[in-house]
Amino acid sequence: MEPVLLRARGVPNSRSIDTYLAAGGWSGFAKALSMTPDAVVQETIESELRGRGGAGFPTGRKWSFVPKDHPGPRYLICNADESEPGTFKDREIIEHDPHMVLEGIAIASFAIRSNTAYIYIRGEFVRWAAILEDAIAEAHRRGWLGKNVQGSGYDLDIWVHRGAGAYICGEETALIESIEGKRGFPRLKPPFPAVVGVFGKPTVVNNVETLACLPHILTRGAKWFASIGRPKNTGTKLYCVSGHVKRPGVYELPMGVTFREIIEGPCGGIREGHTLKAFFPGGSSAPVMRATEVDVRADFDACAEAGTMLGSGGVIVLDDSVDMVETAANLAHFYAHESCGQCTPCREGSDWARDILDRIVAGHGRPGDPETLLRICRFASQGMTICPLGDAFSLPISSIVRKFPEEFERHIQAASAVPQKKLPVLPWAGSRPGFGS
Amino acid sequence: MSTKPILSVPTEQLEHTTFDTTMEERILELLKRYPTTRAALIPVLWLCQDRYGWLAPGVIRAVAERLGESPAYVEGVATFYTMFYTRPPAKFVLQVCETLSCAVCGGKELLHHLESRLGIKPGEKTPDGVFQLVGVQCLGACGTAPVVQINDDYYENLTIERLDAVLDDLKGRS
Repeated sequence: MEPVLLRARGVPNSRSIDTYLAAGGWSGFAKALSMTPDAVVQETIESELRGRGGAGFPTGRKWSFVPKDHPGPRYLICNADESEPGTFKDREIIEHDPHMVLEGIAIASFAIRSNTAYIYIRGEFVRWAAILEDAIAEAHRRGWLGKNVQGSGYDLDIWVHRGAGAYICGEETALIESIEGKRGFPRLKPPFPAVVGVFGKPTVVNNVETLACLPHILTRGAKWFASIGRPKNTGTKLYCVSGHVKRPGVYELPMGVTFREIIEGPCGGIREGHTLKAFFPGGSSAPVMRATEVDVRADFDACAEAGTMLGSGGVIVLDDSVDMVETAANLAHFYAHESCGQCTPCREGSDWARDILDRIVAGHGRPGDPETLLRICRFASQGMTICPLGDAFSLPISSIVRKFPEEFERHIQAASAVPQKKLPVLPWAGSRPGFGS
Repeated sequence: MSTKPILSVPTEQLEHTTFDTTMEERILELLKRYPTTRAALIPVLWLCQDRYGWLAPGVIRAVAERLGESPAYVEGVATFYTMFYTRPPAKFVLQVCETLSCAVCGGKELLHHLESRLGIKPGEKTPDGVFQLVGVQCLGACGTAPVVQINDDYYENLTIERLDAVLDDLKGRS
């Protein structure tokens, strides 16, 4: 397949605007400027592009929720927080093709009639934030950003806003709070950001990969984009494969290939001497899949039908050397660390799950632990919390408990005497190795 | 790659922090980007951390005063985000990714190796103040696991040998 989003990978000097222009870059935005904003929205709806950040919501429809009669400013935010474990595709696009991201932002901003866009990039990506800043300066010099872009009368400014280390800020309302200079506490919805977003104004938050599709949709047409992949799951997708494959990395494939095709194709299969045990299809927040489920198609609808989700396309591959209870414990540590602390079921539940899983791994599992874990997960998911972090920690842990019960059995049967451990009154005050101590 | 060391200004020298012209110009430039003053808080905290090495109480107070916030508010935001240092860090902060893909691809071994080489636990600094060890959550570079971030730089596809060579080099330059 001809690369679309990764076409600049391996091209010399790919980040420069001249290289980008020579490859037909910025012409999608030029085309958008010759259309009405509504026509750009319509074209995007017809392409059936769905959000690549995790939720898979139709992008054009998301834009169409922005009220047309709203006076005053509205905002476009590019979500480059990329913090979902197993996901590393946005960095790849920024690294090789920053202008493609800027052009996508420009098209989306024009479509929702916004004159200011922010790129919220995770704090650790210092180098990639600088790459974006350089590209923005270059685009200004060439008249693709700023006042009266290419003589069209349309103004657009893009600002890079660095986060400072918080997984939760990848959630769009937490991200908005963070831009406003607050702690990253997710907001209750409704109102949705399209109506009340950053600074109280209509706001659209789109992922880097979603935005990077737009220049191609504009130049080659919605029909072309929709012809790739499968119905309702169109376009190419960046699959990030990590873990126990021979060649981990970011691969661009038509949406809807199977996980087997991804793992055994470009990734070269499982490392020598081992077999596939399990994989997370879309970041660590997606329910785990057994090796027998490897023929599921890697698209939004097929994953949902199989009881999991495509999420961000971060495929974490685990071979037979991996202990699934330890895997659950590892992820529980992640979510317990990253829970923002607003909602009790998530804040306490993720800490409890971590403590129970650590205890099982330490050789002190008890009969009934798997059921307790499932109960904690049930209390923290399906609408019990403000944002989906409750689900994000519950789904992988509960799916590991359900799909690998024999591994929990083995740990629990081999367990030594049960130590009496009191639950700390304040789990937050427990052992949290990290900064500042 | 030559990672720049963090030079933490001592607490006492930051007790009565005031912003010089260069800092003030940069703050004004940041304020232009947002319709509210508060939105510039995180960028201004970055500016200060880059300048002073960390966010001492005196720096927190200066930021609060400049942006019209209470020191408690500024500290509340600063401590929510793991990358802001509210205590002086070592020259090189070794941030070892502990999340799943790194953990199963050698990350655990890297952390154990660093613990024994440096004789410290995660969260601690070496007595000479050169290295600080931190176990961190996913750095978003899972395809090149295991990964260690040192100050602002990513070191990817690491082995114990390569990491040792990096540390030797940093130690030599400190």
